[in-house]
Amino acid sequence: MLKARVKVTLKKSILDPQGSAAEKALKSMQYPVESVRIGKFMEVVLNEDDKDKAEKIMHEICQKLLSNPVIEDYSFELEG
Amino acid sequence: MKIGVVRFPGSSCEVDCLEAWRLVGEDPVMIWHQETSVKGFDLIVLPGGFSYGNYLRPGSIARYSPIMEDVIRFAKSGGLVWGISNGFQILTECGLLPGAFLRNVGLRYICAPQYLRVENSDLPFTNQYEKGRLIQIPISHGEGNYTIDDEGLKRLQDNNQIVFRYVNTDTSGNPNGSRDNIAGIVNKEGNVLGMMPHPERAVEEIIGGVDGKEMFLSVLKHWEGRSQGGA
Repeated sequence: MLKARVKVTLKKSILDPQGSAAEKALKSMQYPVESVRIGKFMEVVLNEDDKDKAEKIMHEICQKLLSNPVIEDYSFELEG
Repeated sequence: MKIGVVRFPGSSCEVDCLEAWRLVGEDPVMIWHQETSVKGFDLIVLPGGFSYGNYLRPGSIARYSPIMEDVIRFAKSGGLVWGISNGFQILTECGLLPGAFLRNVGLRYICAPQYLRVENSDLPFTNQYEKGRLIQIPISHGEGNYTIDDEGLKRLQDNNQIVFRYVNTDTSGNPNGSRDNIAGIVNKEGNVLGMMPHPERAVEEIIGGVDGKEMFLSVLKHWEGRSQGGA
């Protein structure tokens, strides 16, 4: 089995209402914060031991379901 | 007219949709999302609600429900598909309509009456309105902030695909931050409509207004004209 650690983030061009709210809060708490963007973190455990196959499957999973390519980017790391 | 309303786990407006169709004399059918065919139907409604709890992204999981494969085929062959609220989100997730949804600007879930302007009244869904008419139809969503890139927006504008825009009247303007005040769009062919407002909640005076009723009458008028003119 392999575990994939997936990060899904809003594309740079997309406004992030949740990130802006967190950013404003941190600024009002006097922290030296320039900006905040909020994304998602997911762990997927695959019934697959071949790293190349797992990578291919993960790209498919990310493109089809875990991210929306219209507004989001994804990246993942595989670990044994 | 044979009308089907799809029920996903977490849908919540499907019964209101059925009721609205009954008010205009139709006998709609509920379709469970596990079914695999929409054969024989003339219109498919994807209702509002919180399919699969809106987990991951609204509509993202419903888009892979078994029924959706045939709904996509039906839409691509010219069948009428009408997505309301969560149904609109499902239509963007499966690529039948362009764009995507973000959290409302302000982060609040908004359930309130909303003024809209009818921008395109030449559609199966809107032929009973005059272009430019202001109508009041409730909205009810937390993630209705419609977003699309510059090219996509230009295509919507150039092809007259923007059907409803949020407008300012006394109290209400753009409630959620949607690009170009977009509240509803159609595909280029005009047979797939997605809208965030809930016309099925505006079909009787006793529930606050009747401005949504013409949408149901529009579809029937379109169907009548089609079946008389065609075949």
